[in-house]
Amino acid sequence: MPEIRVTPLGAGQDVGRSCILVSIAGKNVMLDCGMHMGFNDDRRFPDFSYITQNGRLTDFLDCVIISHFHLDHCGALPYFSEMVGYDGPIYMTHPTQAICPILLEDYRKIAVDKKGEANFFTSQMIKDCMKKVVAVHLHQTVQVDDELEIKAYYAGHVLGAAMFQIKVGSESVVYTGDYNMTPDRHLGAAWIDKCRPNLLITESTYATTIRDSKRCRERDFLKKVHETVERGGKVLIPVFALGRAQELCILLETFWERMNLKVPIYFSTGLTEKANHYYKLFIPWTNQKIRKTFVQRNMFEFKHIKAFDRAFADNPGPMVVFATPGMLHAGQSLQIFRKWAGNEKNMVIMPGYCVQGTVGHKILSGQRKLEMEGRQVLEVKMQVEYMSFSAHADAKGIMQLVGQAEPESVLLVHGEAKKMEFLKQKIEQELRVSCYMPANGETVTLPTSISLGLLNGPHIDGCCCLLRQEASAPNFRLVSSEQALKELGLAEHQLRFTCRVHLHDTRKEQETALRVYSHLKSVLKDHCVQHLPDGSVTVESVLLQAAAPSEDPGTKVLLVSWTYQDEELGSFLTSLLKKGLPQAPS
Amino acid sequence: MAAHLKKRVYEEFTKVVQPQEEIATKKLRLTKPSKSAALHIDLCKATSPADALQYLLQFARKPVEAESVEGVVRILLEHYYKENDPSVRLKIASLLGLLSKTAGFSPDCIMDDAINILQNEKSHQVLAQLLDTLLAIGTKLPENQAIQMRLVDVACKHLTDTSHGVRNKCLQLLGNLGSLEKSVTKDAEGLAARDVQKIIGDYFSDQDPRVRTAAIKAMLQLHERGLKLHQTIYNQACKLLSDDYEQVRSAAVQLIWVVSQLYPESIVPIPSSNEEIRLVDDAFGKICHMVSDGSWVVRVQAAKLLGSMEQVSSHFLEQTLDKKLMSDLRRKRTAHERAKELYSSGEFSSGRKWGDDAPKEEVDTGAVNLIESGACGAFVHGLEDEMYEVRIAAVEALCMLAQSSPSFAEKCLDFLVDMFNDEIEEVRLQSIHTMRKISNNITLREDQLDTVLAVLEDSSRDIREALHELLCCTNVSTKEGIHLALVELLKNLTKYPTDRDSIWKCLKFLGSRHPTLVLPLVPELLSTHPFFDTAEPDMDDPAYIAVLVLIFNAAKTCPTMPALFSDHTFRHYAYLRDSLSHLVPALRLPGRKLVSSAVSPSIIPQEDPSQQFLQQSLERVYSLQHLDPQGAQELLEFTIRDLQRLGELQSELAGVADFSATYLRCQLLLIKALQEKLWNVAAPLYLKQSDLASAAAKQIMEETYKMEFMYSGVENKQVVIIHHMRLQAKALQLIVTARTTRGLDPLFGMCEKFLQEVDFFQRYFIADLPHLQDSFVDKLLDLMPRLMTSKPAEVVKILQTMLRQSAFLHLPLPEQIHKASATIIEPAGESDNPLRFTSGLVVALDVDATLEHVQDPQNTVKVQVLYPDGQAQMIHPKPADFRNPGPGRHRLITQVYLSHTAWTEACQVEVRLLLAYNSSARIPKCPWMEGGEMSPQVETSIEGTIPFSKPVKVYIMPKPARR
Repeated sequence: MPEIRVTPLGAGQDVGRSCILVSIAGKNVMLDCGMHMGFNDDRRFPDFSYITQNGRLTDFLDCVIISHFHLDHCGALPYFSEMVGYDGPIYMTHPTQAICPILLEDYRKIAVDKKGEANFFTSQMIKDCMKKVVAVHLHQTVQVDDELEIKAYYAGHVLGAAMFQIKVGSESVVYTGDYNMTPDRHLGAAWIDKCRPNLLITESTYATTIRDSKRCRERDFLKKVHETVERGGKVLIPVFALGRAQELCILLETFWERMNLKVPIYFSTGLTEKANHYYKLFIPWTNQKIRKTFVQRNMFEFKHIKAFDRAFADNPGPMVVFATPGMLHAGQSLQIFRKWAGNEKNMVIMPGYCVQGTVGHKILSGQRKLEMEGRQVLEVKMQVEYMSFSAHADAKGIMQLVGQAEPESVLLVHGEAKKMEFLKQKIEQELRVSCYMPANGETVTLPTSISLGLLNGPHIDGCCCLLRQEASAPNFRLVSSEQALKELGLAEHQLRFTCRVHLHDTRKEQETALRVYSHLKSVLKDHCVQHLPDGSVTVESVLLQAAAPSEDPGTKVLLVSWTYQDEELGSFLTSLLKKGLPQAPS
Repeated sequence: MAAHLKKRVYEEFTKVVQPQEEIATKKLRLTKPSKSAALHIDLCKATSPADALQYLLQFARKPVEAESVEGVVRILLEHYYKENDPSVRLKIASLLGLLSKTAGFSPDCIMDDAINILQNEKSHQVLAQLLDTLLAIGTKLPENQAIQMRLVDVACKHLTDTSHGVRNKCLQLLGNLGSLEKSVTKDAEGLAARDVQKIIGDYFSDQDPRVRTAAIKAMLQLHERGLKLHQTIYNQACKLLSDDYEQVRSAAVQLIWVVSQLYPESIVPIPSSNEEIRLVDDAFGKICHMVSDGSWVVRVQAAKLLGSMEQVSSHFLEQTLDKKLMSDLRRKRTAHERAKELYSSGEFSSGRKWGDDAPKEEVDTGAVNLIESGACGAFVHGLEDEMYEVRIAAVEALCMLAQSSPSFAEKCLDFLVDMFNDEIEEVRLQSIHTMRKISNNITLREDQLDTVLAVLEDSSRDIREALHELLCCTNVSTKEGIHLALVELLKNLTKYPTDRDSIWKCLKFLGSRHPTLVLPLVPELLSTHPFFDTAEPDMDDPAYIAVLVLIFNAAKTCPTMPALFSDHTFRHYAYLRDSLSHLVPALRLPGRKLVSSAVSPSIIPQEDPSQQFLQQSLERVYSLQHLDPQGAQELLEFTIRDLQRLGELQSELAGVADFSATYLRCQLLLIKALQEKLWNVAAPLYLKQSDLASAAAKQIMEETYKMEFMYSGVENKQVVIIHHMRLQAKALQLIVTARTTRGLDPLFGMCEKFLQEVDFFQRYFIADLPHLQDSFVDKLLDLMPRLMTSKPAEVVKILQTMLRQSAFLHLPLPEQIHKASATIIEPAGESDNPLRFTSGLVVALDVDATLEHVQDPQNTVKVQVLYPDGQAQMIHPKPADFRNPGPGRHRLITQVYLSHTAWTEACQVEVRLLLAYNSSARIPKCPWMEGGEMSPQVETSIEGTIPFSKPVKVYIMPKPARR
């Protein structure tokens, strides 16, 4: 029986190092190839030996699909393709292709230069890896090979994030990657058509959350920034370089524009500048407002936001600074934080989640005295705010997407097991769709409901037939109906029509048959008409037999029998015979 | 030439018209056969289908008269039978449809043919077109039951066609012509009336989405035609909501809405439970669900329809704003709820703690319903939608629902306030307007006010002004709120000084609405000190004026407030009362005489006395007829004076007073002109003195145009009188010219023109003539036959005596009449710095004006620029430059481009607003005009203009270009 097999190598009941193996109709596809933020040992990358024990990666995998440029979805890519060794195609969208190497390079630098790791992938490997990438457009159907095709849908989340539909024959799987069902300031909402896949693999980061309106959050954020700036204070916003940072920039930029504010906004330079450049280029991937107005002005060409210089931090007067990294554990954001922490007029806004142990986490949990390196104690007098700007779909959004796509079954990844459990139950209850949530390394096998009933039944017709063989070579092939019948061990079913024609003829049956034979012979010149020794007449496969009913010697009954395939000839013959036989010359 | 004219006047004056008419009718008859014949010849000539198609296309461009339609149809049908090419047949079929729509042609004669050719047609496209033709025929004959039945029958027969186009058209036909009841009339031919709803309903499950859509549309069409759909359709329609195609879903949403309006109270079961709910609630839930549909077209449709479902029960309605937040399976309060709680607990939002929004209670996992909650959070989704079209639709729906339910209004406030920060300006503006509309039902909390006021810094003027309008009619709950509003408005004022007037007006209403809240703020606002005298603020400071406007308006209904004023405040009050009387009300101040107590509205209980006064003075004028000319003049003069004064004092009567005063002035001018001595003097002597009479005639004309076009609410009764006055002026003009010019030639023309005018008058106002007893025109019409045959000199003489004898017509006063007025706010005309620009190039001048009581300003209001060299330029502002902030009020914000050759020094140009009018567009269409095509240019052409604003001078300086 055909089936779809799914094995998460990462992100099964977990967040991080997304990597899911899908076997669909004999094709093997790897979805995402990410790293785990929580580990620094081998566990940070997916366990590719699961595949390599059977041979080379390239032989096993038909293609690799990367949904978006976040490192937990693409971080292991150079390791996978260059160090483990994979030469097949890697599919991603154009923005992902553009931004992904920047992030990988950044990741490599931190790992190798800062932490001094050996045996890590090199810049050259990133470049080589990117050469294997094939970029796809939204809604473009890409034929990976003769049978496998993939198609990208818009997913929101970050620039270039996409959901992918993988299709072989009539079986299909949709992988959502990370997505967002509510639009934000720079991206639109995820959208998919009613493609009715066999399986929908969806992220479930916020499986148990229904979120509040984003407007309140935005308004709060703007109000806080505005108030602080008006008081003459400085605002520090630690951000991760890509994604939320751009959203917040747009938010502040438009607010500044609307309110005619003159206070400077700075963005710490480096990697963000390069990324911003790509944001300007990929306008079709942004939301309605930006798409509509970019002809007049590209929203990413910020008027008020300038590049930050180290020296600006000591400038008097109000200002707003976006600085990396987002959790205040190192780098520029921490430096600025130390400078500004002592003044109660200033404010720091944490726009996202902070890992335990970072400065960000400490100040958010209310610590006012921080021990810095060298036994310094930093007293935090500045205001600390927390503002959650997350771009994942919440429970309602996930349900909405499932409702839109109408899959036969759903598989949850990229979330915590306990939360998944709840969502799974909800999906099964409310949408009446079977739902799975495999752990890493666990394989889910789904039977697909392609209707084989046709093959089993007795109605094989026509000359060709689509056959799919099992286990050994799970492929479709075209065979003739005879061969199909032979292989399936079925006897051909014959459909015959029989008709009686009454003829006025006083002679014997044999003579009548002979007359019919000669008559038909004269009419049907290009058909093979035969008079069989048992007294019956055949025209091709049509059989005619004359019989004499006992009660009336004056009439003869002519039995005409033909198969379904000879319908035309058979009906012609009956109508011909019904007209009667020509008077014999005798 | 002269001799010929003379002849005409003497002999054939009346006969000239008729032969012309005959010629005209003959012409019509000549063209009739030629049209169909020409078509016939053309079609016969056509060698190829392409040729024939060309001829048909050419033919379709020209209109066909009703009488010749049938002939043309016959020829077309004849060719139809012969034609082999389906594209030509298609065109013929469409032409048949067009022709059967011709006014005055009864298409029942071609129906049989059309049905006939339908039976033999093979091409699906042509079939569809033929059905369309039948639809045109059927709609033309709505009362013929038999035909309708027959057409329905034909449609039913073709419903099984394989082409979706044909099925579409059949369904359309059924929707337009079918009837619901099974036994309306038993037709003689035995065509039983079919149950169309069932037939159409069967096609809800057609395989083609286009046909499904057409079926739903047909159903909606049935509803529109007033047939009551059965409730059974509801379940069918609900199934269509999950259709794969967006157009089907969109139409299905409409259908569900229709059914919910038809059967709001009937009960439907909830599937998978044994509960039952009202149909309208169920439908509401379903439509709410569609607000999160995959297609934005459907979302817009659903959001729009939600607004009109007013019968829905309130707990369902309130669910639309409730998303049931949860976090990690624990119930969470929304930010709105938190804000409310913080407010009620007296502590202001800190938002400082990370866990501030930490979830509280544990949610029962079984009880949480993620999608089937129906209405849950529909508006939350709609307002957050990606497409601004959906957001606008949602805001509009919120507005409509909030207007009908005060409790909902209170709840949706938070969401509307949030929309003030939308990224698209249109949405922001829309939500501010919405808020204004529901402001009667709500009181703003302080934190909400805070958010509202934050928008005052918006750089868009429209937003700020809409917000000022909103603040005019909001209720604020606390004195801190008022203070906050004032502070923010003053901030706005310093940032955007051009908002001055709008802010003052806003504070005026804010003050008069909340006198008790302003009272405790007064010492602080005026910065008075119990012991020390503080410095006197600058009287010209707009911010200070703003504060005073707030306080004085509050003091109007709060008698204790003036006690808190310091001396200079009283002085400033007196100054402002004079200079900004529209913003500062009259106050009863202690120790001061009320100068204008007699007119102060607070003292006069009702406006009855002034109304009475108006009536009396107008009645007094009626006795005019019996007075000697001198007395009449005096009476008119002082009545006009009275009326003018009354208009100044009583703003609500200003329109009426002005209107009647203008009329009386016309009468006065007429009397004066007729009193001139010149009439008694021999012709050659008064050449020079005739100035007065002709000037009077001219002025009367102008005044009558003003009366006709500058007042809103003028009814037909008044228009007659005004036209009558104008006719008198024209007669006067004729008389004066006759006296002053030598020779008869120009007089012939004038006489003829005048008589034509009289003729027009008679035709336009034939219905009103009985009211004009004894008037000038009444007498004139009596003598018309004589006038027609008289020589000009005689005509003039008759007119002169008639003018003197004619009775004064009373002007019936309309119910509501307002004089159009305009004030140019910008340019202010105060600047001493000339606007410099290079000659030959243009400079843009911002013009900002408010218009009151102007009807159709987009077409009538023009801007005129007068250069010092007498050159005048008229500018037509774009329709988009007009905004409509309130009923009867308009705002013109536009840019005027100035240009001129180089000047040696700066000079002033005048900018003013004109009201363009065109008297022929205003006159009701007469029967004889309906037949002929009124070219659209007549409507827009300008006959003349009336200046209706004070001119503003702008200093400009075109410099010569440097080479």
